[in-house]
Amino acid sequence: MKIKTQAVAGTLESSDAQVMILPNSSGLKITLDSSVYDQYGKHIIALAEQTAKTLQLEDATVKIVDKGALDCTIKARIETAFYRAIDQQSGLPWEVL
Amino acid sequence: MINQVGRDIPDVYLKDGVEPFQGIYYRDDYEYTKAAPTVHAYVKPNGDKLVDSIHDVLIKSGLKDGMTISFHHHLRDGDFVVNLVMKEIHKLGIKNLTVCASSLGRAHNYLVPCIEDGTVTGISTSGIRDEIGEVISAGKLKHPAIIRSHGGRARAIEDGSVKIDVAFIGASTSDAYGNASGKGGQSDTGVLSYADGDAKYADKVVIITDKIVAAPNFPASIKGVDVDYVVKVDSIGDASKIASGALRLTKDTRELNMAKEVAKCMYHSGYFKNGFTFQTGAGGSSLATTSFLKAYMAKDNIKCGWAMGGITEPIVNLFNEGFVNKVLDDQAFDLAAVASAHTKGHFEISASQYANPFNKGAFVNQLNFVILGALEVDTAFNVNVVQGSNGVLRGAPGGHPDTAAGADVSIIVAPLIRSRMPTVRDRVTSVTTPGESIDIVVTDYGVAVNPKRQDLLKAFADTDIPLKTIEELRDLAYQYAGKPEPVEFDDQVVALVEYRDGTIIDVIRKPKRLNYSQKALDKF
Amino acid sequence: MTVINRIRRSMIFLNTQRAALVKDAFVYKPDCVILDLEDAVAAGEKDSARIQLYQTLKNVDYQGVERWVRVNALDSDLINEDIRAAVAGGIDGIRLPKTETAAEIQAVAKKIEAAEKEFGKKVGSTMMMAAIESPLGIMNAYEIATADKSRMMGIALSAGDFTRTMHAKRTVAGTELFVARSQLLMAARAAGIMAFDTVYTDTDNEPGFKKELQLIKDMGFDGKSCINPKQIGVTHEVFNPTVQEIAHAEHILEAVQNSKDNGVGVLTVDGKMVDIAWVEGSQRTLKLAKAAGIYKGALV
Repeated sequence: MKIKTQAVAGTLESSDAQVMILPNSSGLKITLDSSVYDQYGKHIIALAEQTAKTLQLEDATVKIVDKGALDCTIKARIETAFYRAIDQQSGLPWEVL
Repeated sequence: MINQVGRDIPDVYLKDGVEPFQGIYYRDDYEYTKAAPTVHAYVKPNGDKLVDSIHDVLIKSGLKDGMTISFHHHLRDGDFVVNLVMKEIHKLGIKNLTVCASSLGRAHNYLVPCIEDGTVTGISTSGIRDEIGEVISAGKLKHPAIIRSHGGRARAIEDGSVKIDVAFIGASTSDAYGNASGKGGQSDTGVLSYADGDAKYADKVVIITDKIVAAPNFPASIKGVDVDYVVKVDSIGDASKIASGALRLTKDTRELNMAKEVAKCMYHSGYFKNGFTFQTGAGGSSLATTSFLKAYMAKDNIKCGWAMGGITEPIVNLFNEGFVNKVLDDQAFDLAAVASAHTKGHFEISASQYANPFNKGAFVNQLNFVILGALEVDTAFNVNVVQGSNGVLRGAPGGHPDTAAGADVSIIVAPLIRSRMPTVRDRVTSVTTPGESIDIVVTDYGVAVNPKRQDLLKAFADTDIPLKTIEELRDLAYQYAGKPEPVEFDDQVVALVEYRDGTIIDVIRKPKRLNYSQKALDKF
Repeated sequence: MTVINRIRRSMIFLNTQRAALVKDAFVYKPDCVILDLEDAVAAGEKDSARIQLYQTLKNVDYQGVERWVRVNALDSDLINEDIRAAVAGGIDGIRLPKTETAAEIQAVAKKIEAAEKEFGKKVGSTMMMAAIESPLGIMNAYEIATADKSRMMGIALSAGDFTRTMHAKRTVAGTELFVARSQLLMAARAAGIMAFDTVYTDTDNEPGFKKELQLIKDMGFDGKSCINPKQIGVTHEVFNPTVQEIAHAEHILEAVQNSKDNGVGVLTVDGKMVDIAWVEGSQRTLKLAKAAGIYKGALV
């Protein structure tokens, strides 16, 4: 799915992550800045890729600034940014998120 | 060589009698000859020892390339002395110095350019954090830093492992003959415990003060008989950063809940009896333990014989309220502690009296309880308080290994997960305090007792202390945070972690991903 | 349903938008958490909180702590998606704010049922509770409490809006809430469900909080809504039976058993004559003590 507008979700508080999604014409690009990069960086990027795949998010740049968030929060912030970017507030396919 | 806590110590560091760590009591009954300084007699009654400036005293002291100088850290984050001295040394162009400090922090950041340009090529310290932690982690210091506990430093000075050529001792007040004290000035530190060995074992001893008082400046923590020169400067420190107004008791429920469990463990341990002794740190949960302890003491009408350590207002309050009979003080953390020092029943003790494993009566050996923090704990109960989980130096052993080895019951209190970082894990990034000396780990997810303490496990069996095994705590941490990948390191060793008895317990290497950029000199 | 057979002394509200709050609030050992999507969440973050709710329910093991959600009000356009997310995530129960009539409960129950069907959950597996926040709600408390016999676990008083509407002032003694509390409690007991008291907002006033807890415990409430983790320990402390209460309950149950065994009619315990009606109360005391982990005996 292509997104048209950029959107952001989450905060820079400890244990949270801020995720920005921007349109991008050449595939999916994920960037990560994390307070736990050494220990969880690869894991977080893999999680973000998996989440983007589930959302069928293509041609977008996903910028994650992580402050030590757990997986459930990183996933939630990506999903929130995505649904904001496509402007969908209801009827989410919860069973696949 | 792999040492007793499973750490690989490169052979290059095991020479000249330096051995790998072999157990906490390995050097019991160790025979050694105490070091002695080479000093100059003051036979002629030729007035005083006052010198006009730090520059002049550097010249008079005969400081030259390759020597070892020392500092204490009683001025804490308000310290001006280290930077004043290092700036003058820098100007003189003296190189290749070793700094033997009791601890280093952000107030001592002029050491950073000194490390970068080879003015300082060796450091031994307890605390190693902030910019100094970064520059050393990045491998900019020529020789690996030696990280020593407070007791380990006192031992190293007394057994001659460290030879101090010139000791620079910041003091709140001094008389013209160098009787110096932590009280009575504009930058009071209460005590000068960590400088005691420096004064007695350095060849040259310099007092730096901002208040000269009439003789005799008694009680004198540093005796004039050991002092060569006294320098008066405008200010030795920023009083507001030396002793903070109030180290407030935490209001954080998680920390309070952990503190409650710590006090409960103490209460049920079998050692909570009239005259018991304890030390607690200044961290949130450690300090908060005092209020729960007080409730137990009131309930059972039990008094504490003495409390020791870095002293804080809550301890002073317990003392003033009669719950604690005596205070043994090696560092004053706040204004209340400074004010109370040297009043009746509140005694200054030296670092050696406090924690040196090689003397004949360190008070740590008489502790019933010590409450300590941790950055990381592994399933063998080994503790790291020096190195962040990202590999960068950011802590201090302080008295951690000393009190843990001495106390009947040593209790670690720490949240199981910080942000996302598991505290309890398979392997600590580096070992500061061996698990052999750790008895209880209190976390917000449960309490683990070292299985070698079956007596404690038995004592806790019928209580509501939420007991878990250390492996269960690790599993919980990994369940919620995920298992952390090990940080990658280069081969370069940037620091040696010395156990209190002088053996090497671990080495610290340069983290691969550390990006260090040299800072402009005018920043400092 | 076995909704009543559980200890619910404390129900703590958590702002679901705050990642640091919801990631492991179970360490405070509340009996229930209420993941809030309503008042605590800013208008622009409702979507974010809802998704965090779902991911928390799916991924975080709350160690046996019961998980409730406070959804947005029935007249909001948010409640449908709130319920879908909560049910899909496997929530234990849904708390409806600002409940005034039985019809509202039935309307929400329908939405829950639809969600249960949509996400393959057993129909009826999601509990409900109603927060009553107005004089009209109090007047209708019994009808609300009995509006859905299979789902309704309890009713809770929410005093903020209530006192405002009543033109009353919150007082330390709680006189202004006395009738509302009594009526809510009577409705709950008549319906056979649980009753919970309103939050105590002066979080630094522990003596005042304790006093209020003692009052509502003595009135018969089952638990209290909490807004700060530090209120949990105190709440449990007050709601837990005391050592004396446990001992007395044990004595009564033992004496009753003995009298049955020996065929004795009248009996006295701890110097007082025992009415057979006390047996149920004694059993409840010991059950509560057992659930709280402070009674290990075998009488219940």
